[in-house]
Amino acid sequence: MTQAVRNYITFLTRCARIAFVGDWRYYAWMGLLTAIVLLGINAYCKQFVHGLIVTGMGDEVSWGVYIGNFTFLVGVAAAAVMMVIPVYIYRNKELHDLVVFGELLAVAAILMCLAFVTVDLGRPDRFWHLIPGIGQLNFPASMLSWDVVVLNGYLLLNVHICGYLLYCRYCGRTPSRWFYIPFVFIAIAWAVSIHTVTAFLYVGLGGRPFWNSSIVGPRFLASAFTAGPALIILALQVIRAVTHYPISDKALLTLRSIVQVSMIINVFLLINELFKEFYTGATHVASAKYLFFGLHGHNALVPWIWTAIVFNLIAMFLLVLPVSRSLKWLNLACVLSIIGIWIEKGMGMVIPGFVPSTLGMIVEYQPSTNETLISFGIWAFGLLVYTILLRMAVPILQGRLARANEGCGVLEDGLPPKVETAIEAH
Amino acid sequence: MNSQSDAPGKAPAPSMRRRSFLRSSAIFGAGAAALAASLKPLMDLEKFTSTEEFLQKHYKEMSPADMAKVLARISREVEKQYDVRPHVRDLRPMDGVEFVYALNLTRCIGCRKCVHACVAENNQSRSPEIQYIRVLKMPHGSLDIEKSDHNYDPEKVPEKGFFYMPVQCQQCENPPCVKVCPVNATWQEKDGITVIDYDWCIGCRYCMAACPYGARHFNFAKPSIPKERLNPEMAYLGNRPRKIGVMEKCHFCVQRTRTGRYPACLEVCPAGARKFGNILDPESEVSKILSTKRVFIQLKEELGTSPRFFYYFDV
Repeated sequence: MTQAVRNYITFLTRCARIAFVGDWRYYAWMGLLTAIVLLGINAYCKQFVHGLIVTGMGDEVSWGVYIGNFTFLVGVAAAAVMMVIPVYIYRNKELHDLVVFGELLAVAAILMCLAFVTVDLGRPDRFWHLIPGIGQLNFPASMLSWDVVVLNGYLLLNVHICGYLLYCRYCGRTPSRWFYIPFVFIAIAWAVSIHTVTAFLYVGLGGRPFWNSSIVGPRFLASAFTAGPALIILALQVIRAVTHYPISDKALLTLRSIVQVSMIINVFLLINELFKEFYTGATHVASAKYLFFGLHGHNALVPWIWTAIVFNLIAMFLLVLPVSRSLKWLNLACVLSIIGIWIEKGMGMVIPGFVPSTLGMIVEYQPSTNETLISFGIWAFGLLVYTILLRMAVPILQGRLARANEGCGVLEDGLPPKVETAIEAH
Repeated sequence: MNSQSDAPGKAPAPSMRRRSFLRSSAIFGAGAAALAASLKPLMDLEKFTSTEEFLQKHYKEMSPADMAKVLARISREVEKQYDVRPHVRDLRPMDGVEFVYALNLTRCIGCRKCVHACVAENNQSRSPEIQYIRVLKMPHGSLDIEKSDHNYDPEKVPEKGFFYMPVQCQQCENPPCVKVCPVNATWQEKDGITVIDYDWCIGCRYCMAACPYGARHFNFAKPSIPKERLNPEMAYLGNRPRKIGVMEKCHFCVQRTRTGRYPACLEVCPAGARKFGNILDPESEVSKILSTKRVFIQLKEELGTSPRFFYYFDV
């Protein structure tokens, strides 16, 4: 038993160590991210001292870019399932060795989500009130308490699945199916639940007609399964370029079909929503009017939402056309859909819910510099986490970091030499 | 990240080891300095919380002895900050009482005296301003609050062609704000008042998003009240000074109404538009109004929140 613990600690130490070594590009990238994270921490310290008054939020628009980014990133985390399903249900060979990269992205995305909710809290010191047993989690009445449960559960599931598979690969042994397959299937259902619950967070509020619409859940899932795999397509190409890890174009094209179908559904659902809002012309259309056309001379969101719509439409056409079988066009489509959906779900979904206010007042929202810095800081933190996770995972999957080469010293690339006795089993 | 190399590894020479040690110490030193610099704004942090406050239990889990200690702490803190010795009590709901508010829209003249009385009574922050009552100026003939004007400022009220509708917490029978709170920091008491434990609220503002009446207000900054304006007659669930980062709202002046007095907004109203009382008592003024007036409405009745705040007309 103690030997097993000692082995595991050795594994963790070696992983931690490798996070600090790399070539100059690695140091430059990590240095840049660290600098942005520090700027974010600095901005957050200011917010902590002076309160949320340093943000652009106020009595009328009481949630802003923090909750917008949170919503978007829950979608990114949920989208990992779009790699898991082909691999574990349809036995897709191309994606098999890549699925762990999707799950690690989910881990990084959930950590960003938790950070975004935390910086949005007025009293982060009282977070323990949420812990069942010592605090008072209002479960199941509050959808936010559901979110706390499902997000943390999803984080644990993914940490377990990735951690277990990578450790087995490190030890050179075949993973025991009972130790991860049940969790993989739980995680599939769980991934859908995290985004559905996040949608219900908004949908359940009768006082906000813009959100109180049953289409929000489906739209969230469709947009998540567009932006998430799009992000994974880009991430995989970066991994391929810098680590020479074998990633086939065919794998990327499998993901392309997922992005393609999801984007079509996403645009279709948007049309449904627009029709319902504008054709009936009831008084509750005010928020949608504000978002798309401006209301009584207030039109801060209009350029944003039209950018999003144009980007999404261009992305959809690119994805449908055969040109996006070439990576250049596919990448363009991915970038456009990520930006389009980020706007649609952040600025385009959260803010208009508050405009006009429940008492009919129009107050526009614009994130403050400090708020923006914090948001960038959290994004940089997420990328930092993802890079570190990949820095550990890639050599393990390549067999460069294994039990077999413990104590072998390192080569000039910071990694130990490959020892051929390591069994490559998965 | 790495180049593929299958060359056999060798242990680095001692001189290299020293050099890399120096280099990593330099990096860690620079990192620590950068982190310290980024944390610098924390130096301005004034008393944010205390161990006692941090570890304090939820209102409903406190024993009378716990509550006595908490009230003593609040009293001490208020005295230190405002140089006024407050009288803080934990007032519980009375048996056989359910409070209801009725507001006569025919009489309200839109003078906003209720707003000011409320701010003074309930120790609301003057900067940034927090007000529990919002008076809407409505165009003649419409109850669509999207047509309302919040910032009206004429020489004289009332203005011709308009009527005025003050909106505050509607003390719903089915309050959406209570349902959504992730930590049970807000709940409905048996006299119908929805209250907040300011020491338990985590400041997520979900209740603010859920409230259809704009009744919930958040302390975006540290509230400030001039010392000489502090109302020392306080209740735990009522008007005791709030902290930064928590929610607050109208609580029908629990510090007054649970001791048999009227809310401050009612007392000050020059038009006699505001009526308040116990709906369970058939002889009370509000019971009489609700049983005799031909028309009275609940704001946004279609949402099913069932407010205990009624608007009526002299017809």
